Amino acid sequence: MPGTVQSLERAAAILQVVAGSGGTLGVTDIAAAVGLPKTTAHSLLRTLLGVRFVEQDREGRYALGQGLLRLGSGHLDVNELRSRASNWADALASRSGHAVRLASLVDAQVVVVHHVFRPDDSAQVLDVGTLLPAGRTALGAVLAAFAPHRSVRGLPDTGRAEVTAVRARGWAADEGGHQPGSAAVAVPVRGSTGLVVAALGIAGPAETVLDGRHQPRPRLVAMVQESAQGIARELGWHG
Amino acid sequence: MADRYVLAGDQGTTSTRSIVFDRGGRMVSVRQREHRQFFPRPGWVEHDPMEIWANTQRTAAQALHDAASSAGEVVALGIANQRETTVVWDRATGRPITRAIVWQDTRTADLVAHLSARPDAAVVAEHSGMDIAGYFAGPRLRWVLDAVPRARERAERGELLFGTMETWLIWNLTGGTDGGVHVTDVTNASRTSLMDVRTCRWDPVLLDFFGIPETLLPEIRPSVGLLGSATALGSPIPITGALGDQQAALFGQACFAPGEAKCTYGTGSFLLQNTGTELVRTRSGSISTVAYQLAGEPVHYALEGSVAVAGALVQWLRDGLGLIGTAPEIETLARTVEDNGGCYVVPAFSGLLAPHWRGEARGLVAGLTGYVTKGHLARAVLEATGWQTRDVVAAMAADSGLALPALRVDGGMTTNNLLMQFVADVLNTPVVRPMVGETVSLGAAYAAGLAVGLWADVGALRRNWHRSAQWSPVPARAAQLTAEYPTWEKAVRLSIAWGES
Repeated sequence: MPGTVQSLERAAAILQVVAGSGGTLGVTDIAAAVGLPKTTAHSLLRTLLGVRFVEQDREGRYALGQGLLRLGSGHLDVNELRSRASNWADALASRSGHAVRLASLVDAQVVVVHHVFRPDDSAQVLDVGTLLPAGRTALGAVLAAFAPHRSVRGLPDTGRAEVTAVRARGWAADEGGHQPGSAAVAVPVRGSTGLVVAALGIAGPAETVLDGRHQPRPRLVAMVQESAQGIARELGWHG
Repeated sequence: MADRYVLAGDQGTTSTRSIVFDRGGRMVSVRQREHRQFFPRPGWVEHDPMEIWANTQRTAAQALHDAASSAGEVVALGIANQRETTVVWDRATGRPITRAIVWQDTRTADLVAHLSARPDAAVVAEHSGMDIAGYFAGPRLRWVLDAVPRARERAERGELLFGTMETWLIWNLTGGTDGGVHVTDVTNASRTSLMDVRTCRWDPVLLDFFGIPETLLPEIRPSVGLLGSATALGSPIPITGALGDQQAALFGQACFAPGEAKCTYGTGSFLLQNTGTELVRTRSGSISTVAYQLAGEPVHYALEGSVAVAGALVQWLRDGLGLIGTAPEIETLARTVEDNGGCYVVPAFSGLLAPHWRGEARGLVAGLTGYVTKGHLARAVLEATGWQTRDVVAAMAADSGLALPALRVDGGMTTNNLLMQFVADVLNTPVVRPMVGETVSLGAAYAAGLAVGLWADVGALRRNWHRSAQWSPVPARAAQLTAEYPTWEKAVRLSIAWGES
């Protein structure tokens, strides 16, 4: 049978044994359980350690690692995410002069998990917890584009072409998607494993966010990207 | 033209931070370094002043270096510091004669009990504005003079100097043994129990009461104005601002008008309300303290309400009970239920501070039934911080008669939307969070920048303040919480009764 990779199968077997133990296992036990020489098991475990799929305790015994536990996105608590992103989101609002939103996929829907007001002291209402239309907002477009393994509700079929474009550019924009007359630009935020866990965006009057050709101003795109990288580093992503 | 920046030093309980701010009040660079905590005996907490001085130099040099690439010139230095922490050092060698005694340290309990029993003890509250308490720096200084061999004799010969952290750092920054300036600011001086809160001078009656020779004491200066020239950081920078950390946060939150108030939600919570240039005498359990003073202007006062346990209760839920993995996850757990299920938590881990001041109180969980889940407990834990804020605000309103237009909040817990909405509802007052969360450092920067004309006046600082979020009270919920408040008060009474011997 073509296409199976032996070392991946062995690594999967090791993870199953470690998971099945419900606690920690030494390398000798692991090697015995999967029927491999100790040196082979050891080198597979070192690779798994590197990607944080397993962890070692002080005695050198192995347990499942944070990287594996957080692999299914959604395991990053949204309130934890807000707390880690807060300083970066404040700074972005302050420098860009625009409202900032951080959105995540919760049950296949695009949800605002953090919102910083536009820094002009005008009347604004906190919309944390609000559901956004996935197909009409930059935040939704980013989450849909970078979460291909997850279904996103409210995405039109034509949106699939956009997915490729957003992935290639690394950002998405909308005009009037959130509110008439407004525009927004959003970029992905990576979590500790490198998977996209959120979208970070700014929104404001279309004429301030977009240039004459209806493209987001490069200066703003760079600011949002820089902040997203800051949040990703805060979450433990070093890519 | 190059931008002009301000360097702020925030010497806190666990770390020292140096932050460069621009004219917009935005951070240009930030460096931080933690220092060791020493716990030599139960109830004792100490820091190494030399380590803190080294961290100050190091983080300041790094922050200045980071900012150097931004083509701005640093024109002033402001300092905010952990309050009431006491340092005594040798004027000739610059070496502390003992480690710094930290504000959390309770070693002076017996001394304070002894002093409180004296027939003339009422003079302390009358002159200093605060009852005798081990919380303040004066009793700690007295303890050093009593406990360290030859300290009193050397102090009387003028060989020793006393200071809170800003005094220690300014003396070192301005040259130390080589001409260091020995000064404190009026907000820090107001936390010693040795200053006359009306004249803002060292009070001979209080010095006599506590047995402190005046030769030890720094000169009291306004918070905003020239304090000295920092020569220890390369090219000289004028030190033109100093404030105790909670007063710095009040300044950074631009609470310049009577009635305006801020609350910092960290391990504990600290609520300060500006009361203007008239001193308010307290009867309801808040403390009268100095808010700030601009050089050549009258002193502005504040009422203060300190709560020992706020975020610390969430940490207990995480570390003590293991119900959550990280502190922010408490909001997720709390949102699994609709209400507290009848459960109340009074976090009197080591007594209750404002407005109760009952050291004997001990924590309790009240209202348990089989219905209560960990979600209800999480709600009750968050609500405890909100209820305690209401206790403090009610005491201040009784003392000052000032309405609270809105509560300005900062600190780590302000990213918790459930808690912030609860605070808005329980106070029936809007709660607003500023764009710059680093209000302590920002306050120090504002004080220093104001003195050198980087900002024209406090009006310019007020215009720099921007809302990043607002939580407005929901009338029906506010009414419901007012109806529930007596139940919370009953739980507090029970926690006090529990600790009574």
